[in-house]
Amino acid sequence: MQVSMTVNRRAVTADVEPRMLLVHFLREELGLTGTHIGCETSYCGACTVLVDGRTTKSCTMLAVQADGAEILTVEGLAQDGQLHPVQEGFWERHGLQCGYCTPGMIMSAVGLLQENANPTEDEIRHGIEGNLCRCTGYHNIVRAIEYAAAKMRGEEPPPPEWEHEEVIA
Amino acid sequence: MSTTSVLGGVVRRKEDPALIRGTGLYTDDVKKAATVHVAFVRSPLAHARITRIDTEAARNAPGVLAVYTIDDVRHLGPLPAQVPVGKLRPLLADGVVNHVGEAVAMVVAETRAQAVDAADLVEVDYDPLPAVVDLKQAASDQIKVHEDLESNVILTWEAGPWGNEEGIAETKAKIAEAKGRGDTVTVSLEMRNQRLLPTAIEPRSVVAEWNPGYERFDVVSATQIPHALAGAIAKTFGLASNAVHVLAPEVGGGFGCKLNIYADEILVCFAARELGRPVKYTETRRESANNTIQGRGWIGTATLVGTQDGEILGYELEALCDMGAYSQNFTAAIPFLGVFVGSGQYRFPTYMKLDCVATHTQTTDAYRGAGRPEAIYYLERIIDAYARKIGKDPAEVRMKNFIPAEDFPGVVSPVGFAMDTGDYAKNLRALIESDAYRQLVAERDRLRSEGRLAGVGIATYVEVCGFGPSGLADLGFSWSAYGLPSSFNGSGLVRVNPDSSVTVIIGTGPSGQGHQTTWAQIVSDQLGIPIDRIRVIHGDTAESPMGIGTFGSRSAAVDGSATYLAAQKVRAKAARLAAHLLEAAEEDIEFGDGGAYVAGSPDKRVTWEEIATVAYQPHRLPEGVEGGLEAHAIFSPANATWPFGSHACLVEVDEETGDVRILRYLTVDDCGNVINPMIVAGQIHGGIAQGVGQAMFEEAVYDAEGNLLTPSLLDYILPTAVDLPSFELKRTVTPSDVNPLGVKGIGEAGTIGSAQTVVNAVVDALSPLGVEHVDMPLRPKRVWQAIQDAKGGN
Ligand code: FES
Ligand code: FES
Repeated sequence: MQVSMTVNRRAVTADVEPRMLLVHFLREELGLTGTHIGCETSYCGACTVLVDGRTTKSCTMLAVQADGAEILTVEGLAQDGQLHPVQEGFWERHGLQCGYCTPGMIMSAVGLLQENANPTEDEIRHGIEGNLCRCTGYHNIVRAIEYAAAKMRGEEPPPPEWEHEEVIA
Repeated sequence: MSTTSVLGGVVRRKEDPALIRGTGLYTDDVKKAATVHVAFVRSPLAHARITRIDTEAARNAPGVLAVYTIDDVRHLGPLPAQVPVGKLRPLLADGVVNHVGEAVAMVVAETRAQAVDAADLVEVDYDPLPAVVDLKQAASDQIKVHEDLESNVILTWEAGPWGNEEGIAETKAKIAEAKGRGDTVTVSLEMRNQRLLPTAIEPRSVVAEWNPGYERFDVVSATQIPHALAGAIAKTFGLASNAVHVLAPEVGGGFGCKLNIYADEILVCFAARELGRPVKYTETRRESANNTIQGRGWIGTATLVGTQDGEILGYELEALCDMGAYSQNFTAAIPFLGVFVGSGQYRFPTYMKLDCVATHTQTTDAYRGAGRPEAIYYLERIIDAYARKIGKDPAEVRMKNFIPAEDFPGVVSPVGFAMDTGDYAKNLRALIESDAYRQLVAERDRLRSEGRLAGVGIATYVEVCGFGPSGLADLGFSWSAYGLPSSFNGSGLVRVNPDSSVTVIIGTGPSGQGHQTTWAQIVSDQLGIPIDRIRVIHGDTAESPMGIGTFGSRSAAVDGSATYLAAQKVRAKAARLAAHLLEAAEEDIEFGDGGAYVAGSPDKRVTWEEIATVAYQPHRLPEGVEGGLEAHAIFSPANATWPFGSHACLVEVDEETGDVRILRYLTVDDCGNVINPMIVAGQIHGGIAQGVGQAMFEEAVYDAEGNLLTPSLLDYILPTAVDLPSFELKRTVTPSDVNPLGVKGIGEAGTIGSAQTVVNAVVDALSPLGVEHVDMPLRPKRVWQAIQDAKGGN
């Protein structure tokens, strides 16, 4: 079947098997391997992308269902070499370790901040509840999203915790 | 020293730009032209004789290139193991299957979907045999896991101290004597430390290619031990280890589950050579649950005897440790790591007997902490129960029984192991004398006064890590099973290139620990070359010197130290070159501001560019000075390192539902010197999350027939962001004296310290009802049941 969609602001058209999942289409047909697969059963969130602006687990959707849609993956976030504030936040606040959950986590955070520009810690935690991370304990992911939220509101992000780390010699 | 010291400073991670852009390459992202794909036919039964395998229909299915069974690969032998007790795993089931999910046949097809479809067409007839899953039943030997093994108990580790029979007898006598005294208190609890699924978010994946012209395998694998994998493949196929190139690219979390050699890693090589095509296998989440190694799985009884005022006179732990059906890399060695820390940071006589028991389940092996979380769990739970029994503050009881700081150096623990450095009282004091801890206690009391169930738990831990010592090789831990006889040493290579950029090559295989950043800091600190001019290569056996791998919180202490030594050698060589260029004495050369200068006359200087240039133009060098500017160093640690720490948390339990909420979580860790505090904190956060995961949510559940009931992330519950609080960390600093960096290791500490902290807190919350223990995981149903039982019993 033929599908046409916009992926990271570029129009793509391809012939796909009807049973092909969107995540496989992105990874295998378009070579966009930044979108990861952790479970293929909708639980881990590693495959999260934006479909028409809404966070979507791309393993729960067929490529043909995305016909005509606008898709944004992690590869499309940075523009003109400028990192998206959420990407910057993850880097500045150590929001990743192995990086495997990270693209999905970042896309969920982007979706969250579109809906809520000034989320509380609790709202951030609920906003990324569908994305599992095995490395970070989420602590620094929350800090990363707080950083990004402040940046996107044009405010100074809260200072990093390590600036006031208590160390007893 | 250099003027650009970056040790101990926060540096943003070098690995992140690729990972946050989605351009980091993981194994499953690797595309080799003409790759074919694998699917396995797996056993639906835990124990059965295979009476027939019919592969005909599968062979004729669309896209299928081959279907292999054990008959095709038996000559390659079983998977090697470092402690080869029990049964080694055949590459494919050989006549019998011994756990659900065991691979019986392997299908290779043009596409993954074709391989999966064809696997369904393989017909296997089974003659079911009785299966044993329950640990106690297995230990009784009523049903044998393997006919040809004498007992299901494949090995017993006994300590008190370890390896000293006289000492053990003496310890047992002392404990019996203490129990028999009229004025002592004995507490005893049987507790489960349940089985877990490591659950890296990246499933394991491997792709192999054989080049008959080069006679070389090129393998990309999501592994923590690339060199061991290269060795295992080479040994299996009768090649030299340099005929196998293993690359561990970005690895999406390991936690021990990628610290193994898997049959699929050998089988894709076999198929690649047979078929002349690159062959790839990526496990599904269900396969990951069933077929990647699992962790923990102990049931044990901890007994502690002490005086009424908190002096502990003896401690015993007897446990059955689930090994699963087959022994792999470290399987039966995992409980031994529990022995190492069995007496914690305490000085009382300790006796341990750990039986390694085979069952008809998937193999267990290293999972974050590996033996140490289990041992510390039993110890810290029973100390808590004892403190509760005698009505003393649990912190005070611990404090009273610690090995005192004055005893260092030279401490040998009651279970017989030399410990590097420690100041346990200082560390625990930093916790309990903090405002945060006082607030925890005050908040608990406030909640209680409102009639709510709230509790504060504390627990301390010591861990052993940074493996080393090299002498472990003499106990058999020498990687000889993989044809690479090498002790637990570290290695690092530092090369200043002609343009004065630096390449650092290490033999580790990280999976998120930030080695590129940390190692760049170590080298930058020595050479004064900025971090962004340093590139760190790891996980590549063709590039790097032999490396043991990334596990056991060993990388910084061992490989980091080696890299530090290599950088020092490069620095010494550079000083020699600079002295020549500046016509000065070598001893007068100092480094800083992008080059070297003569002490006392900073104007007499050369840049790193000039030093590097002359290094690669040896005709300009004085006689006897070799060209080049690189060095390799091996660091042979004299001992492992022994980090320690104290955890506390506040929980509230909903009396109606049994739901547990962690309201606050505090730690004071001591991992010696710290290279990058940001990375260290991140390791602690993640470690706590996994320990809390065990305490509250996670359990690999098998039914009596040996079916894993938790193969998906729907049934195997990982903590989400909503389940965890932000963590409040502090550190004390007690440098190690067994490596030049004074570092200890922090990868597993959070996990080792946390599960019992949560359970202690929940028991504290439920103690007004008379609850003494609840087994993990503390899911609402179980906690609710404990509340009901306690109320019913009242
Ligand atoms: S891969 Fe889509 S949710 Fe896990
Ligand atoms: S960073 Fe490894 S899973 Fe999140």
